[in-house]
Amino acid sequence: MPDTDGPVLSVSGLRKVFGTQVAVDDMTFELAPGRSLAIVGESGSGKTTVARMVVGLERPTAGTIVACGRDRSRPARNARERTLRGREVQIVFQDPYSSLDPRQSGTAAVDEVLRVHHDHDAATRRRIVGELADLVGLDQRQMDALPRALSGGQRQRVAIARALATEPKVLILDESVAALDVSIQAQVLNVLADIRDERGISYVLISHDLAVVRQLTEDVLVMQRGVVVERGRTADVLDAPQHAYTRMLRASVPGPGWKPTRTLRRPA
Amino acid sequence: MSIPVPSGVQTGVAAEVLDPVAEVEATAVRGGLRRVRLGVLGWLSLVVVALAAVLAVVGPFVRPFDPDLSDLSFAYVGPYGSHLLGFDGQGRDLFSRLLVGARTTFLGAAFVAVVAVAVGSALAVTAAWFGGRVDRVVSAGLDVVFAFPGILLAVVAAAVFGAGLLSAGLALAVAYSPYVARVLRSAALRERAMAYVAALEVQGFGAWRLCLRHLLPNISGLVVAQGTILFGFAMVDLAAISFLGLGVQSPQADWGVMVSEGKTGLLQGYPMESLTAVLCIVVVVSAVSFLGDRLESAGKQAHR
Repeated sequence: MPDTDGPVLSVSGLRKVFGTQVAVDDMTFELAPGRSLAIVGESGSGKTTVARMVVGLERPTAGTIVACGRDRSRPARNARERTLRGREVQIVFQDPYSSLDPRQSGTAAVDEVLRVHHDHDAATRRRIVGELADLVGLDQRQMDALPRALSGGQRQRVAIARALATEPKVLILDESVAALDVSIQAQVLNVLADIRDERGISYVLISHDLAVVRQLTEDVLVMQRGVVVERGRTADVLDAPQHAYTRMLRASVPGPGWKPTRTLRRPA
Repeated sequence: MSIPVPSGVQTGVAAEVLDPVAEVEATAVRGGLRRVRLGVLGWLSLVVVALAAVLAVVGPFVRPFDPDLSDLSFAYVGPYGSHLLGFDGQGRDLFSRLLVGARTTFLGAAFVAVVAVAVGSALAVTAAWFGGRVDRVVSAGLDVVFAFPGILLAVVAAAVFGAGLLSAGLALAVAYSPYVARVLRSAALRERAMAYVAALEVQGFGAWRLCLRHLLPNISGLVVAQGTILFGFAMVDLAAISFLGLGVQSPQADWGVMVSEGKTGLLQGYPMESLTAVLCIVVVVSAVSFLGDRLESAGKQAHR
């Protein structure tokens, strides 16, 4: 295993320009195996664009992305390279309602991924599907149901199981719990924490929810208008933010004693 | 009496989201064609189409008389004994000719619809999948084909490849495919933008698997609807082409040919042949169009 020592994901000088708009500029970071990194920032700060470039859905204007020692800055040239990349980095999207094929049950979705990636026989595939279902906390009946019969939280669990089916080293969570109720959110976060303990997977957590960031990650990057304005240990950055923008993000989290009227009445 | 507008708007939205029937319907059709509300007219149309389809298959076997047996002494004789609709201008049994004619009429239209839908959806999915330059080239190509009316294309095809059902059918299929492609392209574009397609791309799925096993099945409702609508159009246009003498050729029984041959009788005050054939075409085409409209609106609703 050549990829045990070095970083599982390393991004350097990453830049993306849409037309005349610079979405991401000079982004550099490394992710060690088993560690988790948060990318925070308001909407439009470029964090999702970073995620899309890392998984290959968007082509970088400049810069390099290396996952598990293999460059992925350019589109895959063939099917083998494509599936190899699928086993390195996976992603779970924000919207639980569109991230599953409406015609496919969880079992069928995970099974299809296994068939694309491996030559397992049906019994082995069934066993792995069962293991993944246990891991994300879904029972047989839920796994065999079509997405429309599942709740948002259950769908996100299916999406997580499907992403884990390739046994990726890095899982990108692009606002993956943002659309869920707070209690369901907590359950899914616990599932994610358990999975990391069990599988030693690394997370890249894209979020604007600082509480979630604190719970799941060790390191954090703060992005504003496509540029990293602050980085460091999650606890340090959130407790003692250095950059004005980070302080602003932290101040906009509603906490105990927070009353909307107070902010409104403050004279301009 | 002042109702705060924002809260009113919000309750409206909430009611819409929470309406269980609306949600079940929307999600049900999304997955394909399950649970499309047909209504009385819809069921009636379905029965008519099914009946016509059965006739197209068994018609030639259940016909009471030989459709090609001509006895000029019976020319234009009205309903007579077991000859339910009487005879045409050449003294052939009309009812038998209608039964046998159902086959070419139906098969011809089905052929056009299937080929047009196949070509159209292939173009639509290709354009939506690759986007950018490919999309622009395909769309421009469609606009060019749009400029040719189906019948004109069929006349040209008849001139080049000879008159007959095959050349007429192919010409119509080519002329129709842009209509399919245009509707399906926008549906495919919407589907292409769904997160699950991106997720499966990241999984390393190839374009073929993704398009054929995920994208296309999810717009299958619209594909079937388009096919049904085109089937109706094709039946009318093929009849018109046969009427012009460029489609099915004369001694063979076909509803379009019968309309054409009946026009002599029509002028002489014996409208039976033209009328019955026209009636068959109108009834089947109306039923098919109605079904197609229903399916299409269900499909579009699901895609909103």
